[in-house]
Amino acid sequence: MSNTEITFNAEAMATVQTIIARYPEGKHKSAMLPILHVAQAEFDGWLSSEVMDYVASILNIKPIEVYEVASFYTMFNLKPVGKCLLEVCRTSSCWIRGAEDVVKHIEKRLGITEGETSADGMFTLKTVECLGSCGTAPMLMCGSQFHENLTLEKVDTLLDNLKKENKRKTYFDDVVIDGY
Amino acid sequence: MGKKLLTEHINVPGIQGYEVYRKMGGYASVEKAIKSMKPEDVVEEVKKSGLRGRGGAGFPTGMKWSFLAKPEGVPRYLVCNADESEPGTFKDRYLMSRLPHLLIEGMITSSFALGANTSYIYVRGEYYYIIAILEKAIAEAYAAGWLGKNILGSGYDLDLYVQPGGGAYICGEETALLESLEGKRGNPRIKPPFPAIAGLYGCPTVVNNVETIAAVVPIVNQGGDAYAAVGIGKSTGTKLISASGHINKPGIYEIEMGITVEDFIYSDEYCGGILNGKKLKAVIAGGSSVPILPTDLILKTAAGEPRIMSYEGLADGGFAAGTMLGSGGFIVMDESVSIPKNLWNLIRFYHHESCGQCSPCREGTGWMEKILHKIVDGHGTLKDIDLLWELQAKIEGNTICPLGDAAAWPVASAIRHFRTEFEEYVKHGDKIKDVKYYFHTHNMDPAAAYSSL
Repeated sequence: MSNTEITFNAEAMATVQTIIARYPEGKHKSAMLPILHVAQAEFDGWLSSEVMDYVASILNIKPIEVYEVASFYTMFNLKPVGKCLLEVCRTSSCWIRGAEDVVKHIEKRLGITEGETSADGMFTLKTVECLGSCGTAPMLMCGSQFHENLTLEKVDTLLDNLKKENKRKTYFDDVVIDGY
Repeated sequence: MGKKLLTEHINVPGIQGYEVYRKMGGYASVEKAIKSMKPEDVVEEVKKSGLRGRGGAGFPTGMKWSFLAKPEGVPRYLVCNADESEPGTFKDRYLMSRLPHLLIEGMITSSFALGANTSYIYVRGEYYYIIAILEKAIAEAYAAGWLGKNILGSGYDLDLYVQPGGGAYICGEETALLESLEGKRGNPRIKPPFPAIAGLYGCPTVVNNVETIAAVVPIVNQGGDAYAAVGIGKSTGTKLISASGHINKPGIYEIEMGITVEDFIYSDEYCGGILNGKKLKAVIAGGSSVPILPTDLILKTAAGEPRIMSYEGLADGGFAAGTMLGSGGFIVMDESVSIPKNLWNLIRFYHHESCGQCSPCREGTGWMEKILHKIVDGHGTLKDIDLLWELQAKIEGNTICPLGDAAAWPVASAIRHFRTEFEEYVKHGDKIKDVKYYFHTHNMDPAAAYSSL
């Protein structure tokens, strides 16, 4: 808690207060997951121990209660990630429709292996379990946007566009719905 | 064309928004229930409808509702399970993104029936864009007076909120979901007590899947008997099937239960046949957890009858020769798919998603994953196949929640129906190179991984 820079801006704080109000009195710990999502989006796409301590202080709970939750759920990044976290589905239908090729292609193109971040800090590659896009496989998620029915050409175009855009993607971004 | 009870209007332009949804007859079930029915009448209609839980277990919804304890002065909760993450299943995503008001209408009608004044929709975190769609629709419903205080002047109050998950398959299990909703790790609880007695915050709670809640709308509108007239036998109504894999037309199909599997796979109304004219090899009919069946057994039962798409039809033959309707995640595999490799992919999933509470699941899924690596990487022995069989049998039934069973069944069924394929891998192992990639991407030394077995 020594790091005084970690504070939600007014808008994020208002969101956090709205979230806490959804639960009965005394049950504000329920706000944990939604607030961690807000925190991750606000503080560079990952949860440092300082950020988690800050969330604990807002919820008036012990820091360990936040660590144990953040470490359980795969959407919370406990290490820094690139501006664009590429989450490639690797399960079942995506796998039988070519997810491994997508992963290999991205690895080759960015010169990284799964779990790593590109040297320019732009991309982190992660493989994830089924994202519910089985009918539009293979797919990857970047921020809140699903990129579906992928081909290697589509992956190339996507990486080019993301790089050009040069923006941090979060789960709160507006999406263009093309699949379902 | 089968009857559509949920998705009839799904392609109407603007149906995502309140105005169009209302114009197409939306929110009639809330009006009917609140103005002309008592809560217990609604429960009675749901019982009559024969509706069964659409998340996978297939438990009768009306019965689940009737178990809800009603102690004086204690709040009751309805929680919608929208943590859709069973591999092969994407129907709830389709329903929520295209017909958000149908779910909200179902939540209001169901909450009224159960006497809940606060309800939550727990949506998997990866569906954040759907959370935005739902929150917009909820705001519209509040503005139109369907949510909030004194709905339709009846004195009934309801608040509805959306809760995001954090990316954990286990939270689809209802008690893990409740733990998660309380801001904790998603560790399933020991039952009893069941959520109907002690659920969210220790209060009586009903947890229902998205599709189940949506089905309450046509049940209240048309009556339980009319709903029960659709479908076949104890499989009443319609079911959303998520079709994926090697088919010409992947997507969501609302089917009237009772059509044949063959019709579903090959007719142009549904999957439209196998991709690139290849041959069908196997189907996982109800999400990754249900037993895989080879072509002959998925198209016909062991007795040689055409297999029917229904709870009973798919279960015909038990686990020896049948499977389950499950969540309706219908994964079709053509002749090019390697069953051992596919199984390795699935067991890696279960290993990753095990919450770690129970040793048989935490350790067993990891062991099975390693043994499957060993086999598909060309280093397996015939004994490994027996060891896999033994392991799955020791996981099944020995864990707090059904994730253990869900990991055991795919292994048992793959070995039961495709044992010779595993044996081929063992015999010709040295020719199999491609899964080296896995070790590479996980920075693992294959030799070290095997020696730890």
